[in-house]
Order: sequence, then C-alpha cells, then structure tokens
Amino acid sequence: MLSYEAVIGLEIHIQLLTQSKAFSSDSTEYGALPNTHVSPISLGHPGTLPMHNAQAIEKAIKMGLALQCDITRINRYSRKNYYYADLPKGYQITQFDTPLCVGGRVPIKTKEGIRKSIRLTRIHMEEDTGKSMHDQDLYDTLVDYNRAGTPLIEVVSEPDIKDGDEAYAFVSEIRRLVRYLEICDGNMEEGSLRCDANISVMPIGSKVFGTKVEVKNMNSISNVKRAIDFEITRQIALIENGGQVEGETRGFNGLNGSTFSMRKKEAINDYRYFPEPDLPPTLVTDADIQRVRENMPELPESLYQRFTEQYGLNDYDASVLIDDKESAFYFEELVKLGVPHKTASNWVTVTIRGFLNERALHLADFPLKASQIAEIIQLIQSGSINHSIASQKLFPAFINSPESSAQEIVERLNLATSSDTGFIEELVQQVLGEFPEKVAEFKSGKTGLLGMFVGEVMKRSKGKADPKTTSEWVNKMLKN
Amino acid sequence: MKITDEKIEALAKLARLSFEGPERENIRQDLENILGMCEQLQQVDTTGVEPLIYMSESHTVLRSDVVIQTISKEEALKNAPKRDSDFFRAPKVIDQHD
Repeated sequence: MLSYEAVIGLEIHIQLLTQSKAFSSDSTEYGALPNTHVSPISLGHPGTLPMHNAQAIEKAIKMGLALQCDITRINRYSRKNYYYADLPKGYQITQFDTPLCVGGRVPIKTKEGIRKSIRLTRIHMEEDTGKSMHDQDLYDTLVDYNRAGTPLIEVVSEPDIKDGDEAYAFVSEIRRLVRYLEICDGNMEEGSLRCDANISVMPIGSKVFGTKVEVKNMNSISNVKRAIDFEITRQIALIENGGQVEGETRGFNGLNGSTFSMRKKEAINDYRYFPEPDLPPTLVTDADIQRVRENMPELPESLYQRFTEQYGLNDYDASVLIDDKESAFYFEELVKLGVPHKTASNWVTVTIRGFLNERALHLADFPLKASQIAEIIQLIQSGSINHSIASQKLFPAFINSPESSAQEIVERLNLATSSDTGFIEELVQQVLGEFPEKVAEFKSGKTGLLGMFVGEVMKRSKGKADPKTTSEWVNKMLKN
Repeated sequence: MKITDEKIEALAKLARLSFEGPERENIRQDLENILGMCEQLQQVDTTGVEPLIYMSESHTVLRSDVVIQTISKEEALKNAPKRDSDFFRAPKVIDQHD
C-alpha cells in the first residue's frame, strides 16, 4: 500500500469589528431584527454609490502588519459576479488583482510542540453577503440583509498545512491575533470568523498535487480539525479502492463528523471579475501604515519571547499567559508592581484563572485590579498571612469587597498569621496531649510523624499559625 | 466571431436568462456584432499603454466609521416582489457561496 500525504490550504473570512458597513453607513451590529440594518447601498439599489469605510482598511492593515505581509499602496476593487438571493447587487465587491496584503506568515505550534511557519498567499478586503434561511418556510427562502456589506478580510494560506492538528493550530493563532488586535471577536459559532479548507492527498514525495476538495460550514476550530481528518481518510480510501477524487465543494456534518457533497465543480462558476468602476483606488501611505503600527499592542510571539527570555518563565507558563491579551497584560502589570515573575504568573494562571473558569467569566469581568493582587502578594511576602489563607480566604473575600484594602480584610476576618508563641505553644501542647501514643512512637524514632503534629496544629489554628514557628515548637516540645 | 449554441447556453445560465427559438438567433446576432466591434478595437496597437480603468484620476475619499440609519425596515421591503413583514422572499435554491 502506498503512503499518502495531505496538502491543505485554508481560507479564513474575518468580519471586521466596525460600527458601520464596508461601503455604507448602516450598522453592522449582530443579532438585530431582520432587515433593520440596511440601506439603499447595501440593498443594491440602482444609482447608489459605495463609500469606503476608513476603519475597515485600518483594521485590515493591522492584520497584515501582524502577519508580516507587504501592504499594497494602490488598492483597487473588483466585482465578483454571481446570482444568489443573499447578494442583492448581483456582485460582491472584493479585491482581485491588488490584495491589500501580500505574503506573510502565521507562526504555529503543533500538538507535539513543533514550531512551524505557515506561509500566506494574501489577505484581501471584501464585503459579506446577507443571510438566507431555507428551512423557515416551505416554499420560499427568507432573506435578511442585515449582514450584507459587513466588511470582511479573507486570509488565504499557502498549501503548507499537513493535517487537522496543524489546521487547528493555524485557526487558533488567527483567532488569537484578531482578538489581540481587536479587529474581530473571533466567534466562529456566530460566524464572525469562518474557515474553508482546500484538501487534497498525494503519494508521499509526489510533485503533483491530487484533485482538491473544498470543505465549508465548519463552525468551530475543533470541527475544522475533524472535517480535515475525515476528508483525508475519505480521499485516501477512495484512491486505494481504485476510485478518483472529484473536484467539488463539500459541507461538514458536525453530528457525525463526516463531509458530504454540496456542489460539483464541473458547473464551475465563472465570476467574470472586472474592476469596480464606482470605487476609485484606495491609497495607503507610509504615514497611514506608521499610524496603524503605533496603535498595535505587543503581539503573542514577542510577549512569549520576552516572558521566557527576559522573565525566565518556562514554556508552559509563558504559553498560558499569552493565550489571551488580558492575561498577558495583567501579568505584566503585576511584574511592573514589583511582584516576582513566577509568583505573578502563578497568580494569573492558577488562582485568578481558576476563579474565572469556575464561573465562566473573562478577565475583563474580574473585579480586582493588578494593584490589589499585588497587595495580597505583599502581605504574603511580609509574612503577615500565609499563602493558603491568602488564596482560599483573603482572595474570595477581596473579590466580594474590592473597595476595601487587603489589610482591612485581613484584620476584619482575623486572617493574619500568628507567630504569637503563646498561642502556638498552647495548641502544640493540646495536640501532644491528645496523641500520647503518637508521641511515644515519635520518641522511639518515627520522626516522620513531625508533619502530622504540625498539620494538626495548623488545622486547629485555622491556618493562621506560622508553619515555621509551629514546626520549631513541635520539635522543641517533643524533645522535652 | 461565431457564437455557438453552447456559448449562448453558458451566458444565459450565468445571467439567469433563457433564449429559445427566434430569440436565440437575435441574441446570437447581437453578440456577434458586439464581439466583431471588439475584434476591430483589438487591432489597435496598445503596446506600452496602461489600461484605463477609471475615468477620473481621483482616489477614494474615505468615510468615517459612523452609523447613520437612513431607511426603515418597511421602506427596505417596499420594492421587493415578494416579502413578508420581516423578510425578503426568494425562490428556494440550495447552494452556498462565500
């Protein structure tokens, strides 16, 4: 049996987070009542002229700069012609021969931890279509044009992707970047980020690509992976059984993880692209690019490098911190407040994230400022409170009353660590008195019981006894 | 240039039109005339001449990203050949485009 390799390229449509549409001033808000966010322009009425949204270009340039693309200076638009009910003009305004961004690459890390760069062909600007609903009515398709004209960018990769896992990493990275850049919310379920995959297989080492199949309708990143893995297996089985892969568009069925034929490519669409005469070219100057660049946040790649090299964090901690911009920036704030790197990382990735995950909240909803977490850490470092009391008692109490200071809560709830030797001595005596046989065992050489005594004292002090002082006292009194 | 039946069929399909009987001969004649004229134009030597795409030399003036709602849903739906109180209605065709 021959061995095969897959060749995969992805196309990702990204809705840009603008207030108004790409070429008209109606709202892009998601979830409005049908056909309320429309205009004569987005409805394609004769005699209307498109007016280009400045923010759409700026956001598209951001993405291009983040992915190290070359930015095109003279941008022309074209008409992609086809008839479909959700495309009111009968053509889509898109970029054909002058994509805004050329080249570039997406850095990915595969499941096995291998770093790899996926090259990009281009990123171009275009507009979204309306939405057709086929299953609401027995006879008609219902069309809602609220989405028509929403600005999109389409990111087109080179066929550098080898399997579902790499595709998963690629789409995850794109989604993380659009969120860092705040150009799209990256919500695949609502369709603000959509992915199509072109997949073919060929014998390993072959120079000739197999016939490619396009798969659509994968509404989550894990479905992108599932669809690709299914499709690779299907195509190989087909060839092994003497069949041929047909060039076609296939949909994805999320229920059973399979793909199904949607439309054959023989009836290939002739889109008859031609320059959009209603939109003169859009110029991008060096000054425009400079301005956009200045407004970009530090990106995950660079943060990762700084966190590992400058702050000495390990790969795991740094990777978790840069997962989203909010965590990375919160961590950085703690570091700026003088919190040691590893301590700051633990608070963000373990304590705070644990709290948020349990409640399905985002860091943006977290009530405590970095300076308040720094207050808690300060109290631990000065020995006024121990770590477990801080994370189990002070932290939740502080969240419930963020207007107080950490010190006030420690006093109010009486959480301060006691190194008051009188208090500790009393508890130690109590414990030793209650376990005479254990004391005897200890004295006969079972010194491992020390931890049990210390733990018992700590428990009775409700965590307030300073562990070091306690252990000193237990030791001392056992030797009497 | 001769326009074949297949060509007319393909163009008609793309334009969602149909040409039967004498209509087909009329459109064939029209298309042949148009293409004939283009063939004539193609004889001009355009070496070194940039294609003219826009009639004006100007560049786009960008619009700031501000929402201005100019029409109501009722107005939007008013000219539709088929509609209900919320939606435009179109014949059912299952196909997916990007």
